[in-house]
Amino acid sequence: MTDNLSDQQLEQRETEFQQRIDAEEKIEPKDWMPEKYRQNLIRQMSQHAHSEVIGMQPEGNWITRAPTLHRKAILLAKVQDEGGHGLYLYSAAETLGISREELIASLHSGSAKYASIFNYPTLSWADIGAIGWLVDGAAICNQVSLQRTSYGPYSRGMVRICKEESFHQRQGYHIMMTLARGSAEQKEMAQDALNRFWWPSLMMFGPHDADSVHSAQSMKWKIKRQSNDELRQKFVDQSVKQAEVIELELPDPDLKWNEERGHYDFGEIDWEEFKRSMTGGGPCSRQRLAHNIQAHDDGAWVREAMRAYESKKREAKDQAVA
Amino acid sequence: MSEHMQLFEVFIRSRRGLDHKHVGSLHAEAHAQALEYARDVYTRRSEGVSIWVVKSADIVASQEADCESFYDPLDDKPYRHATHYQLPEEVDSM
Ligand SMILES: [Fe+2]
Ligand SMILES: [Fe+2]
Repeated sequence: MTDNLSDQQLEQRETEFQQRIDAEEKIEPKDWMPEKYRQNLIRQMSQHAHSEVIGMQPEGNWITRAPTLHRKAILLAKVQDEGGHGLYLYSAAETLGISREELIASLHSGSAKYASIFNYPTLSWADIGAIGWLVDGAAICNQVSLQRTSYGPYSRGMVRICKEESFHQRQGYHIMMTLARGSAEQKEMAQDALNRFWWPSLMMFGPHDADSVHSAQSMKWKIKRQSNDELRQKFVDQSVKQAEVIELELPDPDLKWNEERGHYDFGEIDWEEFKRSMTGGGPCSRQRLAHNIQAHDDGAWVREAMRAYESKKREAKDQAVA
Repeated sequence: MSEHMQLFEVFIRSRRGLDHKHVGSLHAEAHAQALEYARDVYTRRSEGVSIWVVKSADIVASQEADCESFYDPLDDKPYRHATHYQLPEEVDSM
């Protein structure tokens, strides 16, 4: 895309590009863009797509064991949505000139990441509630902000996804509420799930702004519109009330209203655990990836059969013409 | 083949950041010509910043008459909507 430009021409284009961004205009697929902008987007969008798809596993784990037919239908619909989100995002990433095969290959080789939260196991039904409430809740904070990202196809994908997400968090919260208002044992289940998913949910927003490798450039290019720490704070602030209403306790002794800041203060994240989970050392990391690879391989014959059928149809048609 | 040239469908992006939207069709000999015609016919008042032209014959469309069998299973799933879940007022903005 940047072929054969003199340094001066390149600088000129980069200036125009930044002016367009500063003027809040979207970048569209056929526009000239700095190679690093393209790379940065591919990294972020594919990581996002992989997260949607890998995220189907921990929830899928409970579809057959949902406590009622109604809850089962809801969970099935939600997991189906997440698969769709993966598709929207892969397709949007492909407008940047990378193929689906390349995207999947880098997931399978481990060079592309996905949200580390999906490397935690879902041990009880309450975990499905905690995931909808907290994990989808955190994802929504992020995605609402990304509706204003500078890349057109990504932004439009986010608008569509946000519309569909609206029921995900509510169904999760509804599960938690029902358990929290049930028997003592059920309430304990809900609290236990909250204890395990709270901190990993906070990690979903990524490292502190000061430690985030890609943040400054992403903000300048408006790929990201709000920083990791801003979004994390927003999430904490909204979650406090939500926990209070169903009388569950957020597992953080340092959580305290700060009158001066107008926000809640909260404790420090265990960044060592974050790093471990992000680099394949999470409790279910190997299993998640192995399952995805296996599903991909198991589907190979279907793709092959479809190709064979189409080429036979074409042959028959060509023969009829000849 | 009719004596007219092939039919093309025209889609226009009115502003950066928005989707291309179908605006109409026209006859042309080939894609490049269709693009020029579309510019002349559909964007005389700078209605767009980007035009797509697609051969009408290449469009595969579902039929409204097939709605029932095509979409049927989707209508009885109210739980796909946020309003299906009744939450306490204090957190209802979720
Ligand atoms: Fe999603
Ligand atoms: Fe979701």
